[in-house]
Amino acid sequence: MSVLLDFILLLLALALAFRVATVQDTLGAVIAFVGLGIVLALVWVRLDAIDVALTEAAVGSGITGLLLVRAASRLPSSQARAPAPALKLAAGLLSALLAGALAAVVLLLPEPAPTLALEAARHLPQTGLGNPVTAVLVAYRALDTLLETVVLLLALVGVWSLGPDRAWGGHPEPLAPMPAAPPLSFLGRVLPPFGILLGVHLAWTGADNPGGAFQGGAVIAAMLLLLLMAGHARMPALSGQRLRVLVILGPAVFMLIGLVGVLATGSFLGFPESIAKPLILFVEAALILSIAVALGLLVAGPATRAAQ
Amino acid sequence: MSILLGIFTILAVGAGCVFFIAGTLGLLRFPDALTRLHALTKADNLGLGLILLGLLPQASSPWMAAKMVGVWLLMQLASGAVGQLLAETALGEATPEDRP
Repeated sequence: MSVLLDFILLLLALALAFRVATVQDTLGAVIAFVGLGIVLALVWVRLDAIDVALTEAAVGSGITGLLLVRAASRLPSSQARAPAPALKLAAGLLSALLAGALAAVVLLLPEPAPTLALEAARHLPQTGLGNPVTAVLVAYRALDTLLETVVLLLALVGVWSLGPDRAWGGHPEPLAPMPAAPPLSFLGRVLPPFGILLGVHLAWTGADNPGGAFQGGAVIAAMLLLLLMAGHARMPALSGQRLRVLVILGPAVFMLIGLVGVLATGSFLGFPESIAKPLILFVEAALILSIAVALGLLVAGPATRAAQ
Repeated sequence: MSILLGIFTILAVGAGCVFFIAGTLGLLRFPDALTRLHALTKADNLGLGLILLGLLPQASSPWMAAKMVGVWLLMQLASGAVGQLLAETALGEATPEDRP
């Protein structure tokens, strides 16, 4: 029975991926991409990788999907800018090459595949955490996660710099026409309290169960965007001081605690064992705020009118 | 007792599946956006509601059951609101003679 389910999921994923690549109209491709993300999340659930499934659903499908819908609605119609056949062919070849290389890497893995899973599980008590994925992200490979959050900042600066000069630091294009439709306004009043609670819960429970700052941050970002869409909050000016402090808070706290690690244990991002868990939770708490605001601002896009 | 509960689960989940299949059929076969939405939201409300009702006796704890009811309530909220939004957009795009 579960083989049948896996087979159906696999077929669905392949069919949706095919549709994303072949459908002519941009918005159609984006919708198929969001569907593909949901199916992939289910595939990860079937592989018992709940952390990855949550991230795929929240960030890969949800926030990225929203960002792409917004980008697609701003582009001119897809017929008007069909790429040259040579470019299409080159892109297709490159994608096939990448897929082939990835497949080769996975298929040619030695048996048993090299793994650090046992090591990760063995040192878990030292971090005070119960979820090995969170331990990898915030303790063992903390530097990678720190750089990831910095990459998010750089991406945001990149998006901001796409706007015209005169609007720099101003307000992004509204997410939806105002005044908002009554059902949207209603949803924007009822859903955010639950959504924000869920986001905080995802980050908090990430210490011992599947979840974490990225998933929780994405859910909170979705709630912030819903508030903007429903007209309950005004699109902020990107030059706002509080906004910018929020965006850099996570990486800044992470780096500061990393420096504390130098003093306490002699290595950057080394957590002293006795207070490892409180430190990690503190970092996660700062990260979730920054990730939520940064993801929301990525969807909001560059400023299009000057600050009032 | 557990056999009775099992039968109840099978009946309710089965009925829920019927609603989902009918809703999907409607989505594929109905002529315009509003009737398709009608079919889809019925599947969401009744189909999911019946499946959930069937699964409630199988929940491992009352807490788990409460979580499932919470999921259903949130789904009701989202599908109801989004259904209305889609319908408004569809009406806005329809030509005057298409309007009901």
